[in-house]
Amino acid sequence: MAALSRTVSSLSRRPQLQGLQSARQMSSLFGHVEPAPKDPILGVTEAFLADQSPDKVNVGGVRLPLRTPSSIPRSLAAGAYRDDNGKPLVLQCVREAERRIAGNLNMEYLPMGGSITMIEQSLKLAYGEDSEFIKDKKIAAVQALSGTGACRLFADFQKRFLPDSQIYIPTPTWSNHHNIWRDANVPQNKFTYYHPESRGLDFSGLMSDIKNAPDGSFFMLHACAHNPTGVDPTEEQWREISHLFKAKKHFPFFDMAYQGFASGDPERDAKAIRIFLEDGHQIGCAQSYAKNMGLYGQRVGCLSILCDDEKQAVAVKSQLQQLARPMYSNPPVHGALVVSIILNDPELKNLWLQEVKGMADRIIGMRTALKENLEKLGSPLSWEHITNQIGMFCYSGMTPEQVDRLTNEFHIYMTRNGRISMAGVTSGNVGYLANAIHEVTKPK
Amino acid sequence: MAPSHVQEPSADRRLSTLVRHLLPSSPRRTAAAAAEDSSATLESSPTMASQGCSVFAGLAQAPEDPILGVTVAFNKDPSPNKVNLGVGAYRTEEGKPLVLNVVRRAEQMLVNDPTRYKEYLPITGLADFNKLSAKLIFGADSPAIQENRVATVQCLSGTGSLRVGGEFLARHYHEHTIYIPQPTWGNHVKVFTLSGLTVKTYRYYDPATRGLDLKGFLEDLSSAPTGAIVLLHACAHNPTGVDPTIEEWEQIRQLMRSKSMLPFFDSAYQGFASGSLDKDAQSVRMFVADGGELLMAQSYAKNMGLYGERVGALSIVCGSADVAGRVESQLKLVTRPMISSPPLHGASIVATILKDSEMYHEWTVELKAMADRIISMRQQLFDALKARGTPGDWSHIIKQIGMFTFTGLNSEQVAFMRQEYHIYMTSDGRISMAGLNAKNVNQLADAIHAAVTQLK
Repeated sequence: MAALSRTVSSLSRRPQLQGLQSARQMSSLFGHVEPAPKDPILGVTEAFLADQSPDKVNVGGVRLPLRTPSSIPRSLAAGAYRDDNGKPLVLQCVREAERRIAGNLNMEYLPMGGSITMIEQSLKLAYGEDSEFIKDKKIAAVQALSGTGACRLFADFQKRFLPDSQIYIPTPTWSNHHNIWRDANVPQNKFTYYHPESRGLDFSGLMSDIKNAPDGSFFMLHACAHNPTGVDPTEEQWREISHLFKAKKHFPFFDMAYQGFASGDPERDAKAIRIFLEDGHQIGCAQSYAKNMGLYGQRVGCLSILCDDEKQAVAVKSQLQQLARPMYSNPPVHGALVVSIILNDPELKNLWLQEVKGMADRIIGMRTALKENLEKLGSPLSWEHITNQIGMFCYSGMTPEQVDRLTNEFHIYMTRNGRISMAGVTSGNVGYLANAIHEVTKPK
Repeated sequence: MAPSHVQEPSADRRLSTLVRHLLPSSPRRTAAAAAEDSSATLESSPTMASQGCSVFAGLAQAPEDPILGVTVAFNKDPSPNKVNLGVGAYRTEEGKPLVLNVVRRAEQMLVNDPTRYKEYLPITGLADFNKLSAKLIFGADSPAIQENRVATVQCLSGTGSLRVGGEFLARHYHEHTIYIPQPTWGNHVKVFTLSGLTVKTYRYYDPATRGLDLKGFLEDLSSAPTGAIVLLHACAHNPTGVDPTIEEWEQIRQLMRSKSMLPFFDSAYQGFASGSLDKDAQSVRMFVADGGELLMAQSYAKNMGLYGERVGALSIVCGSADVAGRVESQLKLVTRPMISSPPLHGASIVATILKDSEMYHEWTVELKAMADRIISMRQQLFDALKARGTPGDWSHIIKQIGMFTFTGLNSEQVAFMRQEYHIYMTSDGRISMAGLNAKNVNQLADAIHAAVTQLK
């Protein structure tokens, strides 16, 4: 044994082996690998972090590296909620759930499809507490790695079972949507969504694209709080969209990342989905607890597909599991436990509802404050869209050049498409932000 | 017409699903046509859904997973004497799952820290965790680490690490064939196939000796193309428990490097096999020591008992720091559209333990205790079979290493044992030693004895 260890450690010391060309002398097998393009959102963070100004503000809505709290600069925004002091927030209901978990529960593998109780509660949130589809067991559902994982599983499922199908994605959308369906090898099309002139919905363009798509097309719809524009159809518009989908036999796939976080009321935020269900659509749905429970890094979500009957739901679920097994075997248990504990306990669930409303209300309050500040400054432009839009993000309508000025002159960081993460706006910086926006947008 | 839901045998169901995909009329168009035939109006009728117009109507139910399906069957068994030797999850002497003390402590620390947030990790995962994981497997003094030649990303346990590595190779490596040992963990084939690689096998297990078929191993690698990817179990081969000796590893290494083959290590049992973290990493470190490149999929499922938290890491040892940087950037493009970023909880526990020398030490003690109990169960089973005079050579039980023993039982014998003795294992005769204890080892010995003497 000693001789063997000596052999191994002598190998470690020698850069070359006698009689054998050193593997390192050969060129790397990966020498040709190109550096990947920088993420357009994360680049904003890098610039922000480098900025020395005490006044700097980050409304870039970026994801940040996890740091110890003392090193998180103030008024920093992430694609993550911040409180009025610009600090990240862990919900009380989450803290309580984790207190119950720690030391008490084991860490065994979940089934491939994930936590049954978490799935049950998630379906109630999306489809309705008393949904007949849940009672009749018509929904195939699996736990997923947050919204991303849910979309990816669906895209892979779509590819495997409907290999000729394509996906229609709104313009604009969260950039990772394109990556997800691309990596699943599902061809993509775009459909009209945002109307730059009004900073609102291009409803006629949207309906036209729905009509012109071939019958039976797959559409990815943001259920509420569209990312990145914050522009949602009205209830009436959703009804018309659903109607046209029915005529065209399109498949609606909902990405719901902000239920509860948009209006403060989870039932209200699920309205689009409920309209489609009433109209008889058999939807697919990706749910995420990243924002509405503040569970970002725990990666908790759910993918569901409404089927004809229980038997089909069982079959579809089994096939979804077949896609999960070679990707990660089974999903992570911790976040699922947190969600289950909260949603299964009436007191904790109530606490959650209050807390999610609190987050949504603060954002809505900041929208109002920003708009009012701009109006008070005498801006001649219309800023209605700030309060018309909903959710984490505001599509300000500013040009890249104006955004650059905001950064260079005022140390305000946002993505160059003019998207502001409202989570980064606080009562402490809203005045400064309004002033800066006014300066760069006022007519000469 | 939407296909009717008739109970067909599973093979026929799979075949008919395939056929439907090959036929010009896809289920989607068929379903749409059916909807058109039945109604031309647009009434928002709640009953429309019940007409069975799902675009996935033709989809067949997938077969049960061969490994996880054992537990499903076990759970259904009402017998009070049932024994689950299927899934590789550690059990105590009392047959209970175990959360390590040091893990509990780490978890409590995390919960009690009010300053902790649950924000997104970077795409590559928790930085501390990544660095510490690389150190754990490659050794703190590894030249690869000191020269910044290691690109590490946090992944979803071993499975996730293998999949991310496979996808990366399918995109960036010139050879798209991976050689896996015969036999290997059941999920390897699916993982690499879905990654976009072609899977071939090399001989590994010799049923005659119940040991390593080194000759076949080396022959098969010799005839494989230059530059092929080769999957290697770092230690405690799953399912056989048969590992090469250090001298045999050296022969494997020399052959592989002479053919510029790319090693892809799967390390799911570091520390769990022999009880020593360093000893169980020797094979990997040999390959790093020669300066060459390799992939390394690491899991903390077993050795830290973090199973369901899905904690692991993929490391790629590259020729230079510059290459490692570019490789890392490309790994992010693989993971972002899969999961965006990995889960926080399990990685935080690991990092907490690995960076604290006292907690690290406590971990090594608990880890050795688990490994020792397994080694002890091997001896107990061997002794029990000897005491019964069960025909055959059962020394492989104590020669094999790690969680599993490849008993050599055939699928009929396995089915017999399930039926008559309520003992559950995978049909290849693999038993998880972790499921054994002093109370049930005699029941197992009886079952094996009966199976071997009654069924040939």
